[in-house]
Amino acid sequence: MVVFGQFLEVLIGGLLAGVLYSLVALGFVLIFKASGVFNFAQGAMVLVAGLALVRSLDFMVARGVPTWAAIVLGLLFAATVMAITAALVQRLVLGPLVNQDGLSLFMATIGITFILEGAGQMIFGSDVYPLSLFPTDAWFMFENAFPGGILVNKLDVWGGLIAGALVAGLAVFFQRTKTGRALRAVADDHAAAESVGIPITWIWFVVWLVAGLVALVAATVWGTKLGVQFSITFLALKALPVLIIGGFTSVPGAIVGGLIVGAGEKLAEAFLGQHIGGGIEYWFAYVLALAVLLVRPQGLFGERLIERI
Amino acid sequence: MLYREAGQFKTTYSADMAIFPIRQDRIALYALLVFVFIGVPLLARFQIWPLGSDYMLRAILIPFLILSLAAIGVNILIGYCGQISLGSGAFMAIGAYSAYKFGTGIHIPLAWFGTEISIAPLPLIVSILLGGLMSAVVGILFGVPSLRIKGLYLAVATLAAQFFFDWVFLRVQWFTNYAPSGSVNAPELSIFGYLINSPIERYVLCLTFVTVFALIAKNLVRGNIGRQWMAIRDMDIAAELMGIRPLYAKLTAFAVSSFIVGVAGALWAFVYLGSWEPLAFNIDRSLQLLFMVIIGGLGSILGSFLGAAFILILPIMLDQIPHALGIPVGVETVSHLVFVVTGSLICYLLIVEPHGFARLWSITKERLRLWPYPY
Amino acid sequence: MNVDVGQPIAAEPAPERNPDGRAIGDVMLAVENVSLAFGGVKAISDVSFDIRKGEVRAIIGPNGAGKTSMLNVINGFYHPQGGTITFKGTRRHDMRPYIAASQGISRTFQNLALFKGMSTLDNIMAGRALKMRRGLMWQALRWGPALNEEIRNREAVEKIIDFLEIQHIRKAPVGKLPYGLQKRVELGRALAMEPDLLLLDEPMAGMNLEEKKDMSRYILTVNDLLGTTIALIEHDMGVVMDISDRVVVLEYGRKIADGTPDEVQRDQRVIDAYLGISH
Repeated sequence: MVVFGQFLEVLIGGLLAGVLYSLVALGFVLIFKASGVFNFAQGAMVLVAGLALVRSLDFMVARGVPTWAAIVLGLLFAATVMAITAALVQRLVLGPLVNQDGLSLFMATIGITFILEGAGQMIFGSDVYPLSLFPTDAWFMFENAFPGGILVNKLDVWGGLIAGALVAGLAVFFQRTKTGRALRAVADDHAAAESVGIPITWIWFVVWLVAGLVALVAATVWGTKLGVQFSITFLALKALPVLIIGGFTSVPGAIVGGLIVGAGEKLAEAFLGQHIGGGIEYWFAYVLALAVLLVRPQGLFGERLIERI
Repeated sequence: MLYREAGQFKTTYSADMAIFPIRQDRIALYALLVFVFIGVPLLARFQIWPLGSDYMLRAILIPFLILSLAAIGVNILIGYCGQISLGSGAFMAIGAYSAYKFGTGIHIPLAWFGTEISIAPLPLIVSILLGGLMSAVVGILFGVPSLRIKGLYLAVATLAAQFFFDWVFLRVQWFTNYAPSGSVNAPELSIFGYLINSPIERYVLCLTFVTVFALIAKNLVRGNIGRQWMAIRDMDIAAELMGIRPLYAKLTAFAVSSFIVGVAGALWAFVYLGSWEPLAFNIDRSLQLLFMVIIGGLGSILGSFLGAAFILILPIMLDQIPHALGIPVGVETVSHLVFVVTGSLICYLLIVEPHGFARLWSITKERLRLWPYPY
Repeated sequence: MNVDVGQPIAAEPAPERNPDGRAIGDVMLAVENVSLAFGGVKAISDVSFDIRKGEVRAIIGPNGAGKTSMLNVINGFYHPQGGTITFKGTRRHDMRPYIAASQGISRTFQNLALFKGMSTLDNIMAGRALKMRRGLMWQALRWGPALNEEIRNREAVEKIIDFLEIQHIRKAPVGKLPYGLQKRVELGRALAMEPDLLLLDEPMAGMNLEEKKDMSRYILTVNDLLGTTIALIEHDMGVVMDISDRVVVLEYGRKIADGTPDEVQRDQRVIDAYLGISH
């Protein structure tokens, strides 16, 4: 019973941590679906969004602005920063690179990553900034069923709720709004979409903006968990295996992939790690992704492409 | 008027296929080789500017040479064969730790079989080359997925290699000879009993490795296998229908690339660092090598050198120039500035000149050849 | 196959067409009851035809008839769900691209598939990958046997370059060449393989009259002097009727006619297919 209780606790913790990976992966999927760009900079966007939020928040609170107003204004400020980022990226980098192959675009986003990381820290500072938008204490559940009960982190639950709301919101956006439908058309074939009068640069700007806002949401949760700091950019790297497992083009895939990675690495660490030296969380997700790649290269939810010549 | 090829007729195909078909280029190359092999050591020996102190050799030229070598390896995989890798650092690490194990003696107890494998410490050059070989073997293993997965998916596979080997060298103490701190010291550098110690000797050792491998790499990329790599890069389906086997082309690219990167890793650890931890070969190193290749020029051996030089010099420049101008800039700001400048340059070059500095160089040469006429 | 491609043919004008004078031999390739589908979409249904040694065989049909898919099946890029392919006496369920290439099938593509980052010379040299056997170590040294091999193959490639009259763009990167020249380089690359069967997918698409004449001349010269068997897809009916010995007509993935150009031209189903009359 003790082992099962421990298993359950690790599983729940892992699943909820996985939701946080999904939050970052969602941003990737949005951009990849709409423009075929594999955005390495998503993690850097989380960092910039988080820095903009936490620094403006601290600035206003220190000057006596009421907390609720500071949070609203801070979120608005961070959203504006992400909008400016989206506009600059679209105008200066992706616009001129349109019709280039995926590899060049990918490398360009690595370049963008470095610009965002460097500029973000130059402007907003490079320390660890604590953020406390959500409660971080824990619940103990099922105390009668298992000795000591099961520990569940409240922040992780919040993360889960937010991710659910975000996915629902994105679904509505894609299915019900005009811009959302245009986005799906652009994703299918951008030249064809442009020829029926869809303003493609505007659409790409919107995509990067939405991805930026998703990054902001991710930053609120991750920032509360870890503090806003440079190492948050490594999230982007953790989101890559999530995408491989879920498939690059699938929003549900990003969620399920995140859950699999989160639960998998926590379970592996708890039950396997002690036998082979610990710290396997560090690479488990990647090796899992590699295994998935070998069996099912398009991911669990991705579409298989027919090659033509 | 000096840079003209008029009157130089090529009467054989081998003359037309030379690395530098133009005579002036060949002369310049020989002059450069004489300078770097003889001139630089002499200047350093007699402490003449710009080699008045060890700093230039120790902190600039030696790392430049080794990273150029690594960049050549990375360029073969990414620039010539089109297989993106974010795990080059891991292959440097494999080269370094393998060379370390071969150089300090290998001892594998096989208690189950009641025996053990022991290999006495091997000579320096052999260790370094075996380090490259181990790296090549692992490179082939991680290259196998490239047959089924392409482009960005492969990037994730190579990231898996990066993080997995970071962990292996940190946690598996056998690789560090059970050093309590996790940091290891290179064995002493001796070739046939001759001890390599001074910066000048280290420099010449690196230079020799780099020259030999740059020549080998150049020969490969302009021969049959190089064309196969580029064919796979440019249009893999068509290449396959021309009878080029993707399996062979990709795995040889992984093998050759990893071998060179592994040798560079061994040199980096033994000659430049002397003592090191796995951190020396983390993801930042991989990205640094990727940047060298993009900035210097994808698909260019010369570009690998130019890119390495730029990436090494940039932080020094960004540190020195504001100082010289009397503008106080913090150490942190400089490192952030390096990020911004590198990132911007990458984006700029990808948009304007995807073949990097190497192409700018050849455009300049072409202009010079035609000067003073525009065409 | 070791016929000299070089000076003599390039210098002379294309020889007069004389089908009876050429040796059209046995069946070289037979496609039997081949069916191919992508998901639920049928691209080819139950098509059979053969290609005889030494002939120029045209495959025609409206857009979407499955012509390119057919070529892709023949050289092993697509694997059909049903039927067999017999090439040089060996019957297979499907081909593999490498086997097809090594047994002498080469190919050009509808939408140019050149190696864009390489020069004309390197593109055509890449076509000789199968002819070069020296290992990595020799190539790394580029000395002795490896250098000899490189020079021998370079000589063969230079003959093709002379034949196709593209000497002036030998060292130019192909990505920046005009369309017509790119098509020629692609033909050169396919010829470099010294194929027994050459598949040409719309070799004259998008060309002007002058370029079409040149291309027709190259195709016929290769066929006449090297005895290379040629299968081509082409939309220009004039060209097809002029240069091909036999024509197979596809429509919606089915074969609707097969015969000499004259026979096919008179076939009511072919006329209907091209004029769009519903049955």
